[in-house]
Amino acid sequence: MAGTGVAGSADRNGHARTDQDGPTDQGVPTDQGVPTDEPRHTDESAGAGGAPSLLRRAAREVAQQVQRRVPRADLDDRDPDFIRERLPLMWLAASLWYRGEVRGLGNIPDDGPVLMVGNHSGGNMTPDTVVFTLAFNTYFGVERAFYQLAHNLVLSMPGLGSLRRFGTVAASPANARRALQAGAALLVYPGGDYEVHRPFWERNRVDFDGRKGFIRLALQEGVPIVPVVSIGGHETALFLSRGEGLARLLALDRLFRLKVLPVSLALPWVLNIGDMLGHIPLPAQITIETLPPIDLKAEFGPEPDVDEIYDHIIRLMQDTLDALAEERRLPVIG
Amino acid sequence: MKATAAITISAPIETVWDVVSDPERALSFMSGVTRWEIEGDERTGLGARYRMLLRVGSAEMGGLIEIVEWDPPKELAWTSITGVDQRGRWRLRSMAENRTKVEIRLAAGVAGSGVWGWFAERIAQRIVSSHLHTTVRELSRLVEHERMRSQAAVRRAARSAHAG
Repeated sequence: MAGTGVAGSADRNGHARTDQDGPTDQGVPTDQGVPTDEPRHTDESAGAGGAPSLLRRAAREVAQQVQRRVPRADLDDRDPDFIRERLPLMWLAASLWYRGEVRGLGNIPDDGPVLMVGNHSGGNMTPDTVVFTLAFNTYFGVERAFYQLAHNLVLSMPGLGSLRRFGTVAASPANARRALQAGAALLVYPGGDYEVHRPFWERNRVDFDGRKGFIRLALQEGVPIVPVVSIGGHETALFLSRGEGLARLLALDRLFRLKVLPVSLALPWVLNIGDMLGHIPLPAQITIETLPPIDLKAEFGPEPDVDEIYDHIIRLMQDTLDALAEERRLPVIG
Repeated sequence: MKATAAITISAPIETVWDVVSDPERALSFMSGVTRWEIEGDERTGLGARYRMLLRVGSAEMGGLIEIVEWDPPKELAWTSITGVDQRGRWRLRSMAENRTKVEIRLAAGVAGSGVWGWFAERIAQRIVSSHLHTTVRELSRLVEHERMRSQAAVRRAARSAHAG
Protein backbone atom coordinates (compact mmCIF):
# COMPACT_ATOMS: atom_id res chain seq x y z
CA MET A 1 0.00 0.00 0.00
CA ALA A 2 2.57 2.47 1.07
CA GLY A 3 4.82 1.66 -1.84
CA THR A 4 2.28 2.47 -4.46
CA GLY A 5 0.93 5.23 -2.33
CA VAL A 6 4.15 7.07 -2.24
CA ALA A 7 5.04 6.44 -5.82
CA GLY A 8 1.68 7.62 -7.03
CA SER A 9 1.48 10.61 -4.83
CA ALA A 10 4.55 12.64 -5.18
CA ASP A 11 8.03 12.09 -6.33
CA ARG A 12 10.41 9.37 -7.07
CA ASN A 13 14.05 9.47 -7.74
CA GLY A 14 16.75 12.06 -7.24
CA HIS A 15 14.47 14.96 -6.99
CA ALA A 16 16.07 17.92 -8.52
CA ARG A 17 19.46 19.24 -8.91
CA THR A 18 19.88 22.82 -9.83
CA ASP A 19 23.42 22.33 -10.74
CA GLN A 20 24.11 25.18 -13.06
CA ASP A 21 27.82 24.99 -12.78
CA GLY A 22 28.96 25.68 -16.24
CA PRO A 23 29.51 23.53 -19.26
CA THR A 24 28.98 20.20 -17.53
CA ASP A 25 25.31 21.03 -17.63
CA GLN A 26 25.42 19.40 -21.05
CA GLY A 27 22.65 21.48 -22.59
CA VAL A 28 19.90 19.04 -21.86
CA PRO A 29 17.20 20.00 -24.28
CA THR A 30 14.49 20.40 -21.68
CA ASP A 31 13.34 23.63 -23.21
CA GLN A 32 13.23 22.44 -26.75
CA GLY A 33 11.93 19.02 -25.92
CA VAL A 34 13.85 17.42 -28.76
CA PRO A 35 17.23 15.80 -28.59
CA THR A 36 19.57 18.07 -30.44
CA ASP A 37 22.83 16.92 -28.96
CA GLU A 38 22.97 13.46 -30.39
CA PRO A 39 26.46 13.82 -31.89
CA ARG A 40 27.83 14.93 -28.59
CA HIS A 41 26.50 11.81 -26.95
CA THR A 42 28.23 9.71 -29.54
CA ASP A 43 31.51 11.45 -28.88
CA GLU A 44 31.17 11.13 -25.17
CA SER A 45 30.22 7.52 -25.05
CA ALA A 46 33.00 6.70 -27.44
CA GLY A 47 35.34 8.05 -24.82
CA ALA A 48 33.77 6.05 -22.02
CA GLY A 49 36.05 3.17 -21.39
CA GLY A 50 35.20 -0.07 -19.70
CA ALA A 51 31.71 -0.89 -20.93
CA PRO A 52 31.41 -3.42 -23.72
CA SER A 53 30.48 -1.77 -27.00
CA LEU A 54 27.17 -3.59 -27.36
CA LEU A 55 26.07 -2.52 -23.92
CA ARG A 56 27.24 0.98 -24.71
CA ARG A 57 25.22 1.10 -27.87
CA ALA A 58 22.13 -0.18 -26.06
CA ALA A 59 22.60 2.39 -23.32
CA ARG A 60 22.97 5.13 -25.91
CA GLU A 61 19.73 4.07 -27.51
CA VAL A 62 17.93 4.18 -24.17
CA ALA A 63 19.47 7.55 -23.44
CA GLN A 64 18.08 8.95 -26.65
CA GLN A 65 14.67 7.54 -25.82
CA VAL A 66 14.87 9.18 -22.42
CA GLN A 67 15.87 12.50 -23.91
CA ARG A 68 12.93 12.30 -26.23
CA ARG A 69 10.61 11.58 -23.34
CA VAL A 70 11.79 14.46 -21.18
CA PRO A 71 8.72 16.62 -21.27
CA ARG A 72 8.92 20.16 -22.46
CA ALA A 73 8.78 22.17 -19.28
CA ASP A 74 5.44 23.83 -19.12
CA LEU A 75 4.45 25.45 -15.86
CA ASP A 76 0.86 25.31 -17.05
CA ASP A 77 0.88 21.53 -16.61
CA ARG A 78 0.44 22.04 -12.87
CA ASP A 79 -3.14 21.17 -12.03
CA PRO A 80 -4.47 22.35 -8.62
CA ASP A 81 -7.55 20.12 -8.72
CA PHE A 82 -5.40 17.08 -9.47
CA ILE A 83 -3.21 17.91 -6.48
CA ARG A 84 -6.21 18.53 -4.23
CA GLU A 85 -7.68 15.13 -5.09
CA ARG A 86 -4.44 13.42 -4.14
CA LEU A 87 -4.02 15.17 -0.81
CA PRO A 88 -5.89 12.44 1.14
CA LEU A 89 -3.57 9.71 -0.13
CA MET A 90 -0.51 11.81 0.59
CA TRP A 91 -1.95 12.61 3.98
CA LEU A 92 -2.34 8.92 4.77
CA ALA A 93 1.24 8.18 3.72
CA ALA A 94 2.65 11.17 5.61
CA SER A 95 0.57 10.77 8.77
CA LEU A 96 0.31 7.02 9.21
CA TRP A 97 3.38 5.63 7.47
CA TYR A 98 5.94 8.32 8.19
CA ARG A 99 4.38 9.99 11.24
CA GLY A 100 5.52 13.17 9.56
CA GLU A 101 5.90 16.50 11.23
CA VAL A 102 6.70 19.73 9.42
CA ARG A 103 7.69 22.67 11.58
CA GLY A 104 8.05 26.34 10.81
CA LEU A 105 6.02 26.57 7.60
CA GLY A 106 5.12 30.07 8.80
CA ASN A 107 8.73 30.99 7.95
CA ILE A 108 7.88 30.77 4.26
CA PRO A 109 6.74 34.20 3.05
CA ASP A 110 2.94 34.20 2.58
CA ASP A 111 3.20 35.26 -1.03
CA GLY A 112 5.68 36.01 -3.77
CA PRO A 113 8.48 33.90 -5.24
CA VAL A 114 10.67 31.95 -2.86
CA LEU A 115 13.40 29.38 -3.36
CA MET A 116 13.15 26.51 -0.92
CA VAL A 117 16.35 24.51 -0.61
CA GLY A 118 16.25 21.07 0.95
CA ASN A 119 18.57 18.25 1.88
CA HIS A 120 17.52 15.12 0.10
CA SER A 121 17.16 11.61 1.50
CA GLY A 122 15.68 8.19 1.01
CA GLY A 123 16.79 7.05 -2.44
CA ASN A 124 14.37 7.11 -5.31
CA MET A 125 11.27 7.04 -3.12
CA THR A 126 12.16 10.45 -1.60
CA PRO A 127 9.80 10.19 1.37
CA ASP A 128 10.78 13.64 2.63
CA THR A 129 9.32 15.16 -0.52
CA VAL A 130 5.99 13.41 0.04
CA VAL A 131 5.74 14.80 3.56
CA PHE A 132 6.83 18.31 2.59
CA THR A 133 4.71 18.57 -0.56
CA LEU A 134 1.63 17.59 1.42
CA ALA A 135 2.44 20.06 4.18
CA PHE A 136 3.01 22.92 1.73
CA ASN A 137 -0.18 22.22 -0.20
CA THR A 138 -2.39 22.02 2.87
CA TYR A 139 -0.75 24.96 4.62
CA PHE A 140 -0.92 27.41 1.73
CA GLY A 141 -3.67 25.69 -0.24
CA VAL A 142 -3.29 24.17 -3.69
CA GLU A 143 -4.13 27.62 -5.02
CA ARG A 144 -0.56 28.78 -4.40
CA ALA A 145 1.73 27.95 -7.30
CA PHE A 146 4.37 25.51 -6.07
CA TYR A 147 6.91 23.80 -8.33
CA GLN A 148 9.59 21.23 -7.68
CA LEU A 149 12.62 20.53 -9.81
CA ALA A 150 13.27 16.88 -10.60
CA HIS A 151 15.84 14.85 -12.42
CA ASN A 152 15.13 14.38 -16.14
CA LEU A 153 15.05 10.65 -15.65
CA VAL A 154 12.20 10.92 -13.14
CA LEU A 155 10.00 12.88 -15.49
CA SER A 156 10.68 10.60 -18.41
CA MET A 157 9.96 7.45 -16.40
CA PRO A 158 6.90 5.64 -17.75
CA GLY A 159 3.94 6.07 -15.43
CA LEU A 160 5.30 9.13 -13.72
CA GLY A 161 3.91 11.63 -16.17
CA SER A 162 1.40 12.70 -13.52
CA LEU A 163 4.24 14.34 -11.62
CA ARG A 164 4.03 17.22 -14.06
CA ARG A 165 0.51 17.88 -12.86
CA PHE A 166 1.94 18.12 -9.35
CA GLY A 167 4.13 20.98 -10.50
CA THR A 168 7.28 18.91 -10.97
CA VAL A 169 9.46 20.24 -13.78
CA ALA A 170 12.76 19.02 -15.18
CA ALA A 171 15.74 20.51 -13.37
CA SER A 172 17.31 23.20 -15.49
CA PRO A 173 18.30 26.79 -14.77
CA ALA A 174 15.79 28.03 -17.34
CA ASN A 175 12.89 26.18 -15.76
CA ALA A 176 13.85 27.36 -12.30
CA ARG A 177 14.00 30.97 -13.47
CA ARG A 178 10.68 30.67 -15.24
CA ALA A 179 8.96 29.37 -12.11
CA LEU A 180 10.39 32.13 -9.92
CA GLN A 181 9.57 34.81 -12.47
CA ALA A 182 5.99 33.55 -12.41
CA GLY A 183 5.97 34.38 -8.70
CA ALA A 184 5.86 30.75 -7.59
CA ALA A 185 7.40 28.89 -4.69
CA LEU A 186 10.12 26.56 -5.93
CA LEU A 187 11.59 23.56 -4.15
CA VAL A 188 15.04 22.36 -5.14
CA TYR A 189 17.40 19.73 -3.82
CA PRO A 190 20.87 20.88 -4.90
CA GLY A 191 22.40 17.61 -3.67
CA GLY A 192 20.17 15.74 -6.12
CA ASP A 193 21.01 12.14 -6.96
CA TYR A 194 24.40 12.49 -5.27
CA GLU A 195 22.96 13.31 -1.87
CA VAL A 196 19.84 11.16 -2.04
CA HIS A 197 21.92 8.00 -2.43
CA ARG A 198 24.58 8.72 0.20
CA PRO A 199 25.40 5.80 2.48
CA PHE A 200 23.30 5.18 5.58
CA TRP A 201 26.09 6.21 7.96
CA GLU A 202 26.09 9.66 6.41
CA ARG A 203 22.33 9.98 6.88
CA ASN A 204 22.56 13.00 9.14
CA ARG A 205 24.89 14.94 6.88
CA VAL A 206 23.93 17.72 4.48
CA ASP A 207 25.93 17.15 1.30
CA PHE A 208 25.28 19.34 -1.74
CA ASP A 209 28.47 18.14 -3.41
CA GLY A 210 29.56 21.75 -3.83
CA ARG A 211 26.66 22.63 -6.11
CA LYS A 212 26.03 26.35 -5.87
CA GLY A 213 23.76 26.98 -8.83
CA PHE A 214 20.82 27.60 -6.52
CA ILE A 215 22.60 30.56 -4.92
CA ARG A 216 23.29 32.23 -8.27
CA LEU A 217 19.67 31.61 -9.17
CA ALA A 218 18.40 33.31 -6.00
CA LEU A 219 20.76 36.25 -6.55
CA GLN A 220 19.78 36.72 -10.18
CA GLU A 221 16.08 36.56 -9.43
CA GLY A 222 16.32 38.48 -6.15
CA VAL A 223 14.31 35.92 -4.21
CA PRO A 224 14.80 34.78 -0.62
CA ILE A 225 16.15 31.31 0.16
CA VAL A 226 14.27 29.22 2.71
CA PRO A 227 16.28 26.19 3.92
CA VAL A 228 14.20 23.07 4.49
CA VAL A 229 15.93 20.49 6.68
CA SER A 230 14.58 16.99 6.98
CA ILE A 231 15.53 13.93 8.96
CA GLY A 232 14.35 10.32 8.85
CA GLY A 233 14.04 9.86 5.09
CA HIS A 234 17.38 8.12 4.97
CA GLU A 235 16.26 5.51 7.47
CA THR A 236 13.71 4.03 5.07
CA ALA A 237 16.25 1.53 3.69
CA LEU A 238 19.84 0.54 4.34
CA PHE A 239 21.73 2.58 1.78
CA LEU A 240 25.18 1.11 1.24
CA SER A 241 26.88 2.92 -1.62
CA ARG A 242 26.30 5.47 -4.31
CA GLY A 243 27.99 3.15 -6.74
CA GLU A 244 29.80 5.99 -8.50
CA GLY A 245 32.41 3.64 -9.94
CA LEU A 246 29.67 1.41 -11.31
CA ALA A 247 27.91 4.40 -12.90
CA ARG A 248 31.17 5.52 -14.54
CA LEU A 249 31.85 2.03 -15.77
CA LEU A 250 28.48 1.88 -17.50
CA ALA A 251 28.84 5.49 -18.76
CA LEU A 252 25.58 6.41 -17.05
CA ASP A 253 26.98 9.79 -16.06
CA ARG A 254 27.49 10.81 -19.67
CA LEU A 255 24.32 9.30 -21.02
CA PHE A 256 21.73 10.12 -18.34
CA ARG A 257 23.36 12.75 -16.11
CA LEU A 258 23.39 9.96 -13.55
CA LYS A 259 26.53 10.05 -11.49
CA VAL A 260 25.40 7.18 -9.30
CA LEU A 261 24.14 3.62 -9.46
CA PRO A 262 23.13 3.14 -5.84
CA VAL A 263 23.35 -0.10 -3.94
CA SER A 264 21.13 -0.66 -0.94
CA LEU A 265 19.33 -3.27 1.12
CA ALA A 266 15.64 -2.52 0.70
CA LEU A 267 12.26 -4.19 0.63
CA PRO A 268 11.09 -6.15 -1.26
CA TRP A 269 14.28 -6.73 -3.28
CA VAL A 270 16.69 -7.23 -0.39
CA LEU A 271 19.71 -6.29 -2.55
CA ASN A 272 18.61 -3.28 -4.56
CA ILE A 273 20.89 -2.04 -7.34
CA GLY A 274 19.95 1.13 -9.15
CA ASP A 275 16.65 1.59 -7.31
CA MET A 276 14.99 2.15 -10.68
CA LEU A 277 11.85 0.29 -9.67
CA GLY A 278 11.78 1.97 -6.30
CA HIS A 279 11.28 0.00 -3.11
CA ILE A 280 8.97 -0.22 -0.13
CA PRO A 281 10.30 2.36 2.30
CA LEU A 282 10.43 1.49 5.98
CA PRO A 283 7.99 3.55 8.05
CA ALA A 284 10.66 5.84 9.50
CA GLN A 285 9.53 8.91 11.36
CA ILE A 286 10.18 12.02 9.30
CA THR A 287 10.62 15.44 10.80
CA ILE A 288 11.12 18.53 8.67
CA GLU A 289 12.12 21.96 9.86
CA THR A 290 11.63 25.05 7.73
CA LEU A 291 14.06 27.83 8.61
CA PRO A 292 13.55 31.61 8.38
CA PRO A 293 14.07 33.12 4.93
CA ILE A 294 17.53 34.42 4.00
CA ASP A 295 17.58 37.65 2.02
CA LEU A 296 20.98 37.24 0.34
CA LYS A 297 21.62 40.87 -0.61
CA ALA A 298 20.55 42.13 2.82
CA GLU A 299 22.72 39.64 4.69
CA PHE A 300 25.74 39.41 2.42
CA GLY A 301 25.87 42.86 0.81
CA PRO A 302 25.22 44.05 -2.74
CA GLU A 303 28.12 42.01 -4.19
CA PRO A 304 27.81 38.78 -2.26
CA ASP A 305 30.35 35.99 -2.39
CA VAL A 306 28.70 32.78 -3.57
CA ASP A 307 31.13 30.55 -1.67
CA GLU A 308 30.49 32.42 1.56
CA ILE A 309 26.73 32.06 1.14
CA TYR A 310 27.14 28.37 0.34
CA ASP A 311 29.17 27.75 3.48
CA HIS A 312 26.67 29.71 5.53
CA ILE A 313 23.65 27.78 4.26
CA ILE A 314 25.36 24.40 4.63
CA ARG A 315 26.40 25.26 8.20
CA LEU A 316 22.91 26.48 9.04
CA MET A 317 21.27 23.36 7.66
CA GLN A 318 23.83 21.03 9.24
CA ASP A 319 23.31 22.66 12.67
CA THR A 320 19.56 22.18 12.30
CA LEU A 321 20.00 18.58 11.20
CA ASP A 322 22.29 17.94 14.17
CA ALA A 323 19.63 19.35 16.50
CA LEU A 324 16.96 17.18 14.88
CA ALA A 325 19.26 14.15 15.20
CA GLU A 326 19.68 14.91 18.91
CA GLU A 327 15.92 14.57 19.33
CA ARG A 328 15.89 11.05 17.95
CA ARG A 329 16.55 8.07 20.10
CA LEU A 330 16.49 5.31 17.50
CA PRO A 331 16.63 5.12 13.71
CA VAL A 332 13.28 4.45 11.99
CA ILE A 333 11.34 4.56 15.26
CA GLY A 334 12.35 8.17 15.89
CA MET B 1 -15.96 14.00 7.04
CA LYS B 2 -18.14 15.60 9.65
CA ALA B 3 -17.43 16.04 13.33
CA THR B 4 -19.40 17.65 16.13
CA ALA B 5 -19.03 18.31 19.81
CA ALA B 6 -21.43 19.83 22.31
CA ILE B 7 -21.35 21.01 25.91
CA THR B 8 -23.53 22.94 28.34
CA ILE B 9 -21.86 25.95 29.90
CA SER B 10 -22.97 27.70 33.08
CA ALA B 11 -23.05 31.17 31.60
CA PRO B 12 -25.54 33.33 29.70
CA ILE B 13 -25.63 32.93 25.95
CA GLU B 14 -24.26 36.44 25.30
CA THR B 15 -21.15 35.72 27.35
CA VAL B 16 -20.44 32.58 25.38
CA TRP B 17 -21.16 34.33 22.09
CA ASP B 18 -18.65 37.07 22.91
CA VAL B 19 -15.93 34.45 23.17
CA VAL B 20 -16.73 32.25 20.18
CA SER B 21 -17.30 35.19 17.84
CA ASP B 22 -14.05 36.95 18.78
CA PRO B 23 -11.40 36.04 16.18
CA GLU B 24 -8.61 37.15 18.49
CA ARG B 25 -9.56 34.53 21.07
CA ALA B 26 -9.83 31.53 18.75
CA LEU B 27 -6.23 30.45 19.36
CA SER B 28 -6.74 30.45 23.12
CA PHE B 29 -9.35 27.71 23.24
CA MET B 30 -9.64 26.01 19.84
CA SER B 31 -7.65 22.80 20.05
CA GLY B 32 -5.39 22.03 17.10
CA VAL B 33 -5.85 25.50 15.61
CA THR B 34 -2.45 26.95 14.78
CA ARG B 35 -3.60 30.08 12.96
CA TRP B 36 -6.69 32.30 13.03
CA GLU B 37 -5.91 35.70 11.58
CA ILE B 38 -8.22 38.44 10.41
CA GLU B 39 -7.94 38.97 6.68
CA GLY B 40 -9.25 42.27 5.34
CA ASP B 41 -11.09 45.13 7.05
CA GLU B 42 -14.02 43.30 8.62
CA ARG B 43 -13.15 42.00 12.07
CA THR B 44 -16.42 40.18 12.68
CA GLY B 45 -19.85 39.84 11.14
CA LEU B 46 -21.17 38.59 7.87
CA GLY B 47 -18.44 38.56 5.23
CA ALA B 48 -15.53 38.76 7.67
CA ARG B 49 -12.62 36.63 6.51
CA TYR B 50 -9.98 34.75 8.44
CA ARG B 51 -6.92 32.78 7.54
CA MET B 52 -7.05 29.62 9.65
CA LEU B 53 -5.18 26.35 10.04
CA LEU B 54 -6.02 23.21 11.96
CA ARG B 55 -3.46 20.51 12.67
CA VAL B 56 -4.75 17.13 11.53
CA GLY B 57 -2.23 14.31 11.59
CA SER B 58 0.96 15.45 9.93
CA ALA B 59 -0.61 18.38 8.09
CA GLU B 60 -1.94 21.79 8.95
CA MET B 61 -5.10 22.23 6.92
CA GLY B 62 -7.24 25.22 6.25
CA GLY B 63 -7.00 28.39 4.28
CA LEU B 64 -9.12 31.46 3.79
CA ILE B 65 -12.59 31.18 5.34
CA GLU B 66 -15.54 33.58 5.29
CA ILE B 67 -18.43 34.03 7.71
CA VAL B 68 -21.63 33.21 5.83
CA GLU B 69 -24.12 33.19 8.72
CA TRP B 70 -24.05 35.69 11.54
CA ASP B 71 -27.02 35.68 13.87
CA PRO B 72 -25.89 36.86 17.32
CA PRO B 73 -25.99 35.28 19.80
CA LYS B 74 -27.13 32.03 18.23
CA GLU B 75 -25.55 31.06 14.94
CA LEU B 76 -22.16 31.61 13.36
CA ALA B 77 -21.18 29.65 10.26
CA TRP B 78 -18.23 29.83 7.90
CA THR B 79 -17.21 28.27 4.66
CA SER B 80 -13.83 27.95 2.96
CA ILE B 81 -12.72 30.19 0.12
CA THR B 82 -9.33 28.53 -0.48
CA GLY B 83 -7.69 25.36 0.79
CA VAL B 84 -9.43 22.10 1.63
CA ASP B 85 -13.24 22.47 1.43
CA GLN B 86 -14.79 23.00 4.83
CA ARG B 87 -17.90 24.29 6.56
CA GLY B 88 -17.97 25.14 10.24
CA ARG B 89 -20.66 26.29 12.64
CA TRP B 90 -21.08 27.50 16.19
CA ARG B 91 -24.64 26.86 17.41
CA LEU B 92 -25.63 28.39 20.74
CA ARG B 93 -28.95 27.94 22.54
CA SER B 94 -30.14 29.51 25.77
CA MET B 95 -31.21 27.13 28.53
CA ALA B 96 -32.83 27.48 31.93
CA GLU B 97 -30.88 28.95 34.85
CA ASN B 98 -28.63 31.09 32.70
CA ARG B 99 -26.97 28.16 31.05
CA THR B 100 -26.05 27.79 27.39
CA LYS B 101 -25.87 24.77 25.14
CA VAL B 102 -22.95 25.10 22.73
CA GLU B 103 -22.33 22.97 19.69
CA ILE B 104 -19.49 23.16 17.18
CA ARG B 105 -19.65 21.39 13.82
CA LEU B 106 -16.98 20.97 11.21
CA ALA B 107 -17.40 19.30 7.84
CA ALA B 108 -14.41 18.96 5.53
CA GLY B 109 -13.32 16.84 2.64
CA VAL B 110 -11.98 16.57 -0.86
CA ALA B 111 -14.54 15.79 -3.54
CA GLY B 112 -13.33 13.26 -6.07
CA SER B 113 -10.57 11.78 -3.95
CA GLY B 114 -11.95 8.25 -4.28
CA VAL B 115 -11.37 5.36 -1.95
CA TRP B 116 -8.21 6.89 -0.44
CA GLY B 117 -10.23 9.98 0.35
CA TRP B 118 -12.88 7.87 2.07
CA PHE B 119 -10.23 6.09 4.10
CA ALA B 120 -8.40 9.29 4.99
CA GLU B 121 -11.64 10.92 6.08
CA ARG B 122 -12.45 8.04 8.46
CA ILE B 123 -9.15 8.64 10.23
CA ALA B 124 -9.24 12.42 10.04
CA GLN B 125 -12.75 12.37 11.51
CA ARG B 126 -11.48 10.85 14.74
CA ILE B 127 -8.70 13.41 15.02
CA VAL B 128 -10.97 16.38 14.28
CA SER B 129 -13.64 15.05 16.61
CA SER B 130 -11.10 14.85 19.39
CA HIS B 131 -10.02 18.45 18.65
CA LEU B 132 -13.63 19.66 18.79
CA HIS B 133 -14.31 17.92 22.10
CA THR B 134 -11.23 19.51 23.61
CA THR B 135 -12.33 22.83 22.14
CA VAL B 136 -15.75 22.88 23.82
CA ARG B 137 -14.24 21.76 27.12
CA GLU B 138 -11.65 24.55 26.91
CA LEU B 139 -14.38 27.03 25.98
CA SER B 140 -16.45 25.96 28.97
CA ARG B 141 -13.47 26.29 31.30
CA LEU B 142 -12.57 29.68 29.89
CA VAL B 143 -16.09 31.15 30.05
CA GLU B 144 -16.97 29.78 33.46
CA HIS B 145 -13.64 30.86 34.90
CA GLU B 146 -14.00 34.39 33.55
CA ARG B 147 -17.56 34.58 34.76
CA MET B 148 -16.49 33.52 38.25
CA ARG B 149 -13.78 36.14 38.29
CA SER B 150 -16.05 38.92 37.10
CA GLN B 151 -18.73 37.95 39.64
CA ALA B 152 -16.11 37.92 42.36
CA ALA B 153 -14.93 41.34 41.24
CA VAL B 154 -18.50 42.67 41.51
CA ARG B 155 -18.85 41.20 45.00
CA ARG B 156 -15.53 42.70 46.08
CA ALA B 157 -16.55 46.10 44.76
CA ALA B 158 -19.89 45.86 46.58
CA ARG B 159 -18.17 44.89 49.81
CA SER B 160 -15.69 47.72 49.68
CA ALA B 161 -18.48 50.19 48.80
CA HIS B 162 -20.49 48.88 51.76
CA ALA B 163 -17.52 49.15 54.08
CA GLY B 164 -16.77 52.67 52.85
